[in-house]
Amino acid sequence: MDALFSQLFAGLSLGSVLLLAALGLALTFGQMGVINMAHGEFIMAGAYTAFVLQAFIPDAGVSLLVALPVGFVVGGLLGLLLEVTLISRMYRRPLDTLLVTFGVALVLQQLARDVFGAPNVDVRAPAWLSGAVPFLGMNLPKTRLFILGLAIACVVVLSLVLKLTSLGRRIRATVQNRDLAETSGVSTRATDRLTFFVGSGIAGIAGVALTLLGSIGPTLGTNYIVDAFLVVVVGGIGQLKGAVIAAFSLGLLQATFEYSTTASLAKVLLFVVIVAFLQVRPQGLVSVRTRSLA
Amino acid sequence: MSAATGTATTPWWQRSTVRVAGGVAVAAVVLFGIAPAVLSDFRLNLLAKFLCLAMVAVGIGLAWGRGGMLVLGQGVFFGIGGYLMAMHMKLADAGPGGVPDFLRLYGDGVVPGWWEPLRSPVVTVLAILVLPAGIAALLGLAVFRRRVRGAYFAILSQALAAAFAILLVGQQKVTGGTNGLNGFRSFFGYDLADPINKRMLYFIAAGVLIAMVVVVRLLMNSRYGELLVAVRDQENRVRFLGYDPANVKVVAYAIAACFAGIGGALFAPVVGIISPADVGVIPSIGFLVGVAIGGRATLLGPVLGAVAVSWAETGLSEQFPSFWTYFQGALFILVVAFLPQGFASLGTLWRRRRGTPADAPDDPPTTHPSAPGSSPDADDDAQHAADSARTAGRHA
Repeated sequence: MDALFSQLFAGLSLGSVLLLAALGLALTFGQMGVINMAHGEFIMAGAYTAFVLQAFIPDAGVSLLVALPVGFVVGGLLGLLLEVTLISRMYRRPLDTLLVTFGVALVLQQLARDVFGAPNVDVRAPAWLSGAVPFLGMNLPKTRLFILGLAIACVVVLSLVLKLTSLGRRIRATVQNRDLAETSGVSTRATDRLTFFVGSGIAGIAGVALTLLGSIGPTLGTNYIVDAFLVVVVGGIGQLKGAVIAAFSLGLLQATFEYSTTASLAKVLLFVVIVAFLQVRPQGLVSVRTRSLA
Repeated sequence: MSAATGTATTPWWQRSTVRVAGGVAVAAVVLFGIAPAVLSDFRLNLLAKFLCLAMVAVGIGLAWGRGGMLVLGQGVFFGIGGYLMAMHMKLADAGPGGVPDFLRLYGDGVVPGWWEPLRSPVVTVLAILVLPAGIAALLGLAVFRRRVRGAYFAILSQALAAAFAILLVGQQKVTGGTNGLNGFRSFFGYDLADPINKRMLYFIAAGVLIAMVVVVRLLMNSRYGELLVAVRDQENRVRFLGYDPANVKVVAYAIAACFAGIGGALFAPVVGIISPADVGVIPSIGFLVGVAIGGRATLLGPVLGAVAVSWAETGLSEQFPSFWTYFQGALFILVVAFLPQGFASLGTLWRRRRGTPADAPDDPPTTHPSAPGSSPDADDDAQHAADSARTAGRHA
């Protein structure tokens, strides 16, 4: 029973990390069909933001709380810059954006290596996040609980924004039918930019959160980007709930596979499961219904 | 529209068959005559390595350039070919019934049952030819039949590469882990320390590469080639005409995988090592940059691009390792964003600027600029691009 619960928690924790990494992707990929390989490097940028801030703010707790919004802005600005300079030229070639943004990812990674050095660096976790909470005979690390809470908070805030604000309405309209939205007076270009800012910003937050789990390095983003994309593929696009369900399902599945086999076999099994799943639902868990040809 | 339609107004030396045959002849002279004569053994071996990488590029040119499938996981097939060959060489070096050194080092000193068949050279060669293509066909059938395509396919192929690399590292007991397999002494009985045999390897690589280019040329000039390009440009119209686009794509994907496998299989003896670093996500995308630079939808572009990029990488990364990464990143950005048809399109652009009619009516499969933005029939392309943007966004 204990093993079951601890697996459950490991899965939820992994799922929350995946969710943070994939949430922004689901947004930008869903709206623009753009695959942003540099998303992982925005995560890394968020992580290094936390690292740099800690040099100025000695108190680890305060610096973490400051780093979350600052990381959001840093990630968001990087995303905005990328959108304006490169991606906006390439909306007609969504597949090619993947390669261009991969080039950007390479450059950003090397930049981090040159600025911060190749070895990993550590960000101190605040005292109030050290230790664990006893729960049903298990010890749940506070950092993992914090990330779980952060992921849930991000989803809640984002879905409220999408549901209630005019920006959210414009985003949803653009996702569902770009041409009609444009005809109805929505500036889809401006919406795209804002979406990219928000999506990349969430990557920054994810990066700050990841500093709590271990040391960070220039390749931090690469480790998460593939899994994050898989979450988007499984979740389908257009609605957040797909990404949420997919992230936690993949997290739980991977934890289960890792428990019953090894970490490396788990990845392969997970891949097989995803391909099998796509046989049933080729467009992911949730998809916006349209009448165009599939 | 095959070369036979070259009309009386086209001078014979401009007909595509003649031009391609000429290109292949030049390549053969350079690879078999000039290069071995002027390059040192070391440089020749280096060139052999580039040729192995170019084999992967030829396959990518077929699947991506002509078929529109963004294959981000060719490292998997490259790796399967490489590891099969490497394992065979390790087993052969260990002698009949012997155990390769890495199995004693990391494992329990027993050759696992599924490695055993690779003691046979015949089985090894067959496995190299069949296994990558088979895996690609299986994955392709599963994915394309359900009309999973575009970005979704790209992500899946990339995830496959990630999983494969992690598996190789994780199963150190039977794969050698991060270090990979190395220290091969013989290649099908030929001593690899002998420079003559190294040269032989080079000639094999050059011959295989030229054969691959010819195969792609024949394919692209056949009815199948027309279908493949049609599927890339308007998949639904092809479906309405009564063809199954899934089958068309699977064939190209499997051939690309087979080429990558062969490239890997020759890469292992040429370079002397195959490791997870050659097969993961990053090297898999790295294969694409040469193809993009050379011109993804051209016959020789991928080969030239791949060789040029590997050459530049060897030269630059030795002296300025950090600079090379910036350079590679910049190449991706500049070429894909601003020169989508690669340097091969420069010639077409130049001819058009001079007012000479572009050779579009000559041979569409090889010279037709196909990506949006650079084509004479811009309307059709814009339509295609808008369609694919939509499908990538919602239905991929």
